Amino acid sequence: MRGDTGHPVRLRFSKRGPVRFISHRDVARAFERAFRVAEVPLAFTAGFSPHPKISFGPALAVGYESDAEYLDLECTEEVDETRWTAEVTAALPEGIAVTRVAPLADRAPSLQEEISVLAYEVVLGGIPADAVGPVVADLLGRASVEVTVSRKGEARIDDIRPSVLALHQPRPYEACVVVEVATRPRTLRVVDVVHGLRAVAGDAWPIEESRVRRTYQWIERGGARHEPLDVDRRSDARTLEACA
Amino acid sequence: MSNLWPRIESLLPRVEKPARYIGMERGSVRPEHHPGKVAWLLLYPDAYEVGLPNQGLQILYEILNERDDAVAERSYAPWVDLEAEMRAHGVPLFSVDTHRAAGDFDVLAFNLSAELVFTNLLNCVDLAGVPVRSAQRHPEHPLILAGGHCAFNPEPLADYVDAFVMGDGEEVIAEITEVIGAWKRSGRAHREQVLHDLATVPGVYVPSMYDVEYDGPRVVGVTPRYPDVPAVVDKRTVADLAEWPYPKRQLVPLVEVVHDRLNVELFRGCTRGCRFCQAGMITRPVRERPLEQVRTMVRDGLRRTGYDEVALTSLSSADFSGIDGLVGGIVEEQTATGSVSLSLPSLRVDAFTVGVASEIQRVRRTGLTFAPEAGSWRLRQVINKLVTEADLYAAVDAAFSQGWRRVKLYFLTGLPTETDVDTLGIAELATNVVDIGRRYTKGASATVSVGGFVPKPHTPFQWFGQNSVDELRRKVSLLRDALRRSPAKVRWHDPEASFAEGIASRGDRRIGAVIERVWRAGGTFQEWSEHFSLGRWLDAMAAEGLDPDWYVTRHRTEDEVLPWDHIAAGLHRDFLWQDWKAALAEHGLPDCRWTPCYDCGVCTGYALEHVVAANVPPAGGSQGTGQDLATGHSVPVQLLPAGARPRSGGTGARVAG
Repeated sequence: MRGDTGHPVRLRFSKRGPVRFISHRDVARAFERAFRVAEVPLAFTAGFSPHPKISFGPALAVGYESDAEYLDLECTEEVDETRWTAEVTAALPEGIAVTRVAPLADRAPSLQEEISVLAYEVVLGGIPADAVGPVVADLLGRASVEVTVSRKGEARIDDIRPSVLALHQPRPYEACVVVEVATRPRTLRVVDVVHGLRAVAGDAWPIEESRVRRTYQWIERGGARHEPLDVDRRSDARTLEACA
Repeated sequence: MSNLWPRIESLLPRVEKPARYIGMERGSVRPEHHPGKVAWLLLYPDAYEVGLPNQGLQILYEILNERDDAVAERSYAPWVDLEAEMRAHGVPLFSVDTHRAAGDFDVLAFNLSAELVFTNLLNCVDLAGVPVRSAQRHPEHPLILAGGHCAFNPEPLADYVDAFVMGDGEEVIAEITEVIGAWKRSGRAHREQVLHDLATVPGVYVPSMYDVEYDGPRVVGVTPRYPDVPAVVDKRTVADLAEWPYPKRQLVPLVEVVHDRLNVELFRGCTRGCRFCQAGMITRPVRERPLEQVRTMVRDGLRRTGYDEVALTSLSSADFSGIDGLVGGIVEEQTATGSVSLSLPSLRVDAFTVGVASEIQRVRRTGLTFAPEAGSWRLRQVINKLVTEADLYAAVDAAFSQGWRRVKLYFLTGLPTETDVDTLGIAELATNVVDIGRRYTKGASATVSVGGFVPKPHTPFQWFGQNSVDELRRKVSLLRDALRRSPAKVRWHDPEASFAEGIASRGDRRIGAVIERVWRAGGTFQEWSEHFSLGRWLDAMAAEGLDPDWYVTRHRTEDEVLPWDHIAAGLHRDFLWQDWKAALAEHGLPDCRWTPCYDCGVCTGYALEHVVAANVPPAGGSQGTGQDLATGHSVPVQLLPAGARPRSGGTGARVAG
């Protein structure tokens, strides 16, 4: 976001329940309408066809829930936090809620450039809870796990193992894994992680993804992980004090 | 009662665009059902993205939910992928609002906007777990109702729909609710009883209360089986739109749909008198909404929905009294609060209209659409679309000179008296349009869109034999050849789809079995080219021993009983026949808003009058004023002062307060 004369802001929002079936593009449109209903003073691009300066983080697949989605936008004046969390949330579809806000520094790098780790909780089907642990351990123990992935409509064999940054079963009584994936060189998709688990499990378990929730997105800088709201905060006098 | 959501939810990850089935649109409600309330399920039997914006359905949804004795929810035809999952897992049709089983409602009410959705109606009834034929239903089954423009020939669905509702639904829906409520309270003993009671409600047609008599292939009479059932069912008409400022809470879908914007209805009805246009004929008279109410609906609607686009809808929006002042006011008000674009979906073909369009579309001037409908002045007089070449060229000149780069031209082919001269006239118009455009911009382009004409009931062309598939194909190729070296592009509607539409459009009760066969053979979503095949329709006709040409391409005679003669849109049959003769004689008929009444029958028969804010014709263009315009690019646009004195001579118009 170029600050220039405006007030850039980063929002975190959740997407839970039936609304998880709407697409990334639908979410963007819903936000644009909600900003107008809540009369948020949006800054517009100059030019022949002006549009509001809004940019989203990495897309969430249709059908996935999330506790941690982000968007950056620019306003023409300062907006206090409850306006975002209460009024904008009220104007959004049920299940989408703005949960936190932070003022953003001028010319902060975009979410798309900066987000490097995505974390998901994936409920699995086709495998009992007590069989998950060994499959996870097996996958982590391998140097490479090749699966057929579809990229731009073309099938190709990829080694997913380098992009699986962490994988564990959070609760022993549930067929569920928490996975952290890298967004570079390209974002590893959850569906391909599940394919990897199935490849490792062989014929034993027809593992499939049953329900997926994105739990975190991280920005790595200087060897440390940061919550996207906590990096690139505006630190000058215009900081929103409310955003602790 | 049942909430099917958990079962539906597990199917959604496997289908395309699953958000079509979740509801939760802004403006939607989750009504509290109660045994004392009549539960309506309003259905649009096509895909969600086509059905959701339907204004008629949204209006009834609000009106019913405001009542103490009714609740209303919505449903749309599930796409083929979800349908397969539903059938495989035993999940019935459901409402999108509370995911309640369709079979748990008292009424399934269908909006019929096009004939090719008829098979989807059967499919929805079947998916609801209700027998598709009325005669096989029991008291515990929901009543199957249908309304909308296609209800004006109800006969093809007469054995499948329990009751049809003719005309505007705002008022009659209350009376129907009361009849069904009383039946519910009485214990729903006999289905025949509630159907008989419904048949006595003005505007309601219950096909099972009538016997149809045939003589060979011909229908020779349709007679009521009870003395208190009317021999002719008249449509309902809301006299004053001002009393019905709906929808007040237009639904805002979560996914992209057609007409995805705020839609505000300027007026209902049209007296331009285009002879091919069923909508114009069956929605008379013209009833304008008061200007101030339109402004309020636009202002409140934008604020509530968050849309940044508003369309002012009606059959010919530029004819609204004071349209220029209205759009000017909206544009000014909205530019102050943010960037809102305004559109007039039905542009008249003249430079004045382009002027209005340029005022509302200050940015993004990419394409404008005009509908001259026929390629020669002679043929435009036949169809009573009184657009001169001068009008068209002036409109196009105005468009290109004001920054538009693309013009779309809509035409019909297969019109009465049409010859190849008329068809080639389309090519000539299109070529001239591009030439005009190139004077202003090198990138000027024109697209010609050609639809095969399907004659419709309650129009002067209801007696006309539709062109065969081969003839329509030949005309399309003729046009394509003529434009082969032209920069104008041609698109055309599938002549086979027009033929199937022709079967259903003027079909009688025997066509019902054909529709059922097409449905049973898998023919749903017939409006979608990837699912349409004429073969299914022809096979079904053959299986029923019916001759497609007898229904589609045959000219009807004056004395012939038409299958919809017992349904009245208010137009005298004599008037329609005279207008048909006038068409063949190439005589145009002026707009009765601004010329003396020629008594089509609607105003006089129903004691109605046009409701217009000003009874002077709109400015600009011969189509607006009847004046003959000089050829060329300078067009006299004279704006008449607001509140001008009504002209003497009596137009039958009332000035809206």
